[in-house]
Amino acid sequence: MNPYLAGFLLGLILLGTIYVTGRGLGASGAVKSVLLSAVVKIAPEHSANTPYIKTYSEEHPDGPLKDWLVFEVIGVVIGAFISGVLSNRAGIKLERGPSITNSTRIVAAVIGGLLFGLGSQLGRGCTSGAALSGMAVMSFGGIITMIAIFGSGYSFAYFFRKLWLK
Amino acid sequence: MGPLVPFIIGNEFNLIIALIAGIGFGFVLEQAGFSSTKKLVGLFYGYDFTVLKVFFTGGVTAMIGVLWFGHMGILDLSLIYINPTFLVSALVGGAIMGLGFIIGGFCPGTSVCAAAIGKLDGLAFVFGSALGVLVFAEGYPMFEKIYLAEAWGPVLMNEQLGMSKIVFAFILTAFAFTAFYFTRRIENRVNKIETRFEKKKIIAYSSAIAFAFLILSVVAFLPDSESRRESKIAKALEKHDFTPVLVPADKLADQIVNNYYKINVIDVRDSGSFNVYHLPFAINIPLEKMGERQWKKILDQKHKTNYFYADDILMAEKAYLTATYLGKADNHILIQSGSEFRNIYTNLVAPLPDAGKNEINTYNFRKKAATDMATLVEALKNSTQPIQVKTSKVKGGC
Repeated sequence: MNPYLAGFLLGLILLGTIYVTGRGLGASGAVKSVLLSAVVKIAPEHSANTPYIKTYSEEHPDGPLKDWLVFEVIGVVIGAFISGVLSNRAGIKLERGPSITNSTRIVAAVIGGLLFGLGSQLGRGCTSGAALSGMAVMSFGGIITMIAIFGSGYSFAYFFRKLWLK
Repeated sequence: MGPLVPFIIGNEFNLIIALIAGIGFGFVLEQAGFSSTKKLVGLFYGYDFTVLKVFFTGGVTAMIGVLWFGHMGILDLSLIYINPTFLVSALVGGAIMGLGFIIGGFCPGTSVCAAAIGKLDGLAFVFGSALGVLVFAEGYPMFEKIYLAEAWGPVLMNEQLGMSKIVFAFILTAFAFTAFYFTRRIENRVNKIETRFEKKKIIAYSSAIAFAFLILSVVAFLPDSESRRESKIAKALEKHDFTPVLVPADKLADQIVNNYYKINVIDVRDSGSFNVYHLPFAINIPLEKMGERQWKKILDQKHKTNYFYADDILMAEKAYLTATYLGKADNHILIQSGSEFRNIYTNLVAPLPDAGKNEINTYNFRKKAATDMATLVEALKNSTQPIQVKTSKVKGGC
């Protein structure tokens, strides 16, 4: 799809979401909701002793099955899958840069995810919730987070070029 | 008026909305090619700026749309969620996310898309981000200081730059188009190709640019829905080309006594005067606050008759007109002012014995009505208070 057309559609979806619900889109919050409720289930005692998890589960008593972002991300999975099937892109696959092995790629993906997950907690949102939705409502914090994400990406790009380039 | 949740759409159905929004979001991200790290990291090495194009177009489209909806009065901008600013953690978190982006090749949303179409690296990234959240939750005491530092609240970009929303929107839109132009040149240089614009594309792109600035100009230069309403009201008052149903005090008193459950007595004065004295069962909706959404259910309904009163007829007429523009209901105006009504029913003077029959009848009616109203108010003290509708701000978060 033409990227500008895709962007325009993305903007309309975001606008529609803001119009209906008064809030933007997100992603990392869903991971948080599922993960922290799982931690509470698996290790209730530990959770009760960890103030952050305790506060979170008190503030979200309904759990992930009543969480807006969890439902939204389930939708993302469905939508992306439909699109992948339609464009013939679905299938088990591992994509990596030309000069690294499969296991390096997996390790890098886990580390990258870990950093992004951690950063999204500090930034109170990721590229979707803070940067994109923040831009739509002109939030200073959201736009600052966006500048920090891409600024940092560019600053570190040189050091990790081996992961992606020949 | 939006946001529709929770007033028009309930919180349960909101989850269905979430699912639908997510399907659209995932579909578009995947169609844009965001399920591939090659496309995503291309941004950082200059060979593919798709991320910037999609991201900026999306953000600018939504931003212009939000402003436009606010301008037309179909979206209440004071209620939408604004991400709060915590300066230090926004910068530190953003920097960590950028590092994660260049190492992992995804961001959370795109990794979910990639995992959905079977990319194992996408799945690994999702797993990693769960670990990252866990690290934060477990190590929260360590992060707390930067997490909470420099809490500025929900400040806006334009406020920080000292400009109006629309000026900032113009600048950001122009910036986006400029960025699109230059990134294309960078892309061409890095990929060592030369792209030529076909005529069709030139037309499409220039109309898109024109459309964006057209909407921005509408927001900037045409009066918004509120000022249009105000000027309509001013005009109507000047020409006096409307015919409200004017109701005398005695008729309203009769309605209050016999049909109190079928009517709304609406006091449009400020809350100070309201608290000093108001009609029995009156609700206080100050004239300048009539547009607030908590009153919508009163101004837009078909079950009860609305009676407006104020300190003078002009103010009552203004309220009547505002109500007609804001909603749809059976609206009436009390001819007398609030204090006149009070005078009639509290300072009753018995007529002289040789007074006319009419005068005596009126006196008797008023006397009975005054006692009845007082009894009713006392009896229904607890059940007739209007239900306070909380206009809660939407909660968000990623």
